[in-house]
Amino acid sequence: MIEAPPEEPRELNAADAVRVQLVSRTFRTKRGPIQALANMSLRAAPREIVAVVGPSGCGKTTLLELICRLQRPDAGTVNAAPAALMPQRDLLLPWLSAIDNAGLALRTRGASREEARAAAAPWLERFGLAQFERTRPAELSGGMRQRISFLRTLLAGKPVLALDEPFASLDAITRQDMQGWLARVLESEPRTVILVTHDVEEAVVLGDRVVVMSPRPGHTVTEIDVTLARPRKRTDPSVVELRERALAGLGVDA
Amino acid sequence: MSRVRQALPAALLIAGLIGIWELYVDLHGSSFFLILPPPHQVARALFDDRSLLWRSFLVTAEEVLLGILVATAFGALFSVAIHFSPTLRRAVYPLLVASQAVPVVVLAPILTFWLGFGLLPKLVVVTIVSFFSIVVATTAGLAAVDPDLLKLMRTFDAPRLRTFWHVELPSALPSVFSGAKIAVAVSVIGAVLAEYLGSNSGLGYVILVSEPQLLVARGVAAVVILSLFAIALFSLLSLAERLALPWAYRTRDAVPS
Repeated sequence: MIEAPPEEPRELNAADAVRVQLVSRTFRTKRGPIQALANMSLRAAPREIVAVVGPSGCGKTTLLELICRLQRPDAGTVNAAPAALMPQRDLLLPWLSAIDNAGLALRTRGASREEARAAAAPWLERFGLAQFERTRPAELSGGMRQRISFLRTLLAGKPVLALDEPFASLDAITRQDMQGWLARVLESEPRTVILVTHDVEEAVVLGDRVVVMSPRPGHTVTEIDVTLARPRKRTDPSVVELRERALAGLGVDA
Repeated sequence: MSRVRQALPAALLIAGLIGIWELYVDLHGSSFFLILPPPHQVARALFDDRSLLWRSFLVTAEEVLLGILVATAFGALFSVAIHFSPTLRRAVYPLLVASQAVPVVVLAPILTFWLGFGLLPKLVVVTIVSFFSIVVATTAGLAAVDPDLLKLMRTFDAPRLRTFWHVELPSALPSVFSGAKIAVAVSVIGAVLAEYLGSNSGLGYVILVSEPQLLVARGVAAVVILSLFAIALFSLLSLAERLALPWAYRTRDAVPS
């Protein structure tokens, strides 16, 4: 139930796990319509990590919700394998222990508490959280909570993970720590990942490809392939260079 | 130790108020005692009439406790129903608000006519007056679930009922307790009014028959017992909430790094 999706070749001609084509989305608000996305396109091959960066309010979250089928596009098409969301705030349930939070998706699919715990326990062990199994979220640090939140999304067993600024709420030190952690986890548990972030460095360190979005209405400005070996150091000159390229795409003078 | 210290401000305030009350009544002379008896007379009535007051208290306490229980059960169920059906909510809510405006004074005689002088009509009155606060609090609690959390559940393919069971219901439980706590005070008033208007027992009945007999201190003694009962009930509910929902009460605990 929580196995990685079956092995698929990673050639260019393989079917995309996510394909967003010329999508537009407009919201009606009291102060008039707001166009979040205009002709946004994005694709992700199976097991590819696509990092999406853009200024605040450029429709990144809308993009993820379209991929997760929480919204429908006004125009264009969205084709995606089933995707599970990891929200920006951890949104762990305060009355559940770490292990029960991690297994929430299994419970909502009908697994018993014992089955869900049995499935989650080895992961908590792997994530270094074994001794916090029965701890409630309020007593966990921000980094731990984010790891549980990620595990909860992972255990939903969907081939696509939609991560919405997963580390934005963490302090700088914990954030760097978690970026390294996520890179290692995804190396051993490859998934198709759409990682939305406003942190260009995070995008370059984690992504196989970086998609740079324009301000609202959002669309792709440029795409940068990141072929650097992992683990990547943020001080590595090639990482720095790609970061500058992405920033230039955002229109930021570095 | 700290419990004693926490209770100190309330104890001092009450002692001060009793002192002012005593002084005020004494200044007006003994004829004023028939309007407002001094605290020492009330204390004497509490002691002298203890067996009558105790028996009456048991009657009223039963009405209030059962009434809150019934109101909480029905209120929670009703809230769930209108949470699932906005149509039902729109249909019933105005009626619910209107029902709160019907004075118990009008209602009680009809209930007595239908249901007699026993426990049942009081139970109905207490339930009616407490129902509203429980429904309002619970509905708010059910609706207050983070919309992002509901989105997350949808990407987990969670069926509606499982989302309710695993997410919405537990997050609304503290609100059910809040509603029940608000209901405590009104339910005591409801029970007393219901007794006032048609019964032959209970603290409300004691108040009703004491004043014409010029036993005003006994009536005030009954009020004192009612107040203490409300405080006890409120504290009991807070305690139950802490025990049942420890996660809703967290702060100041050590946070591991």
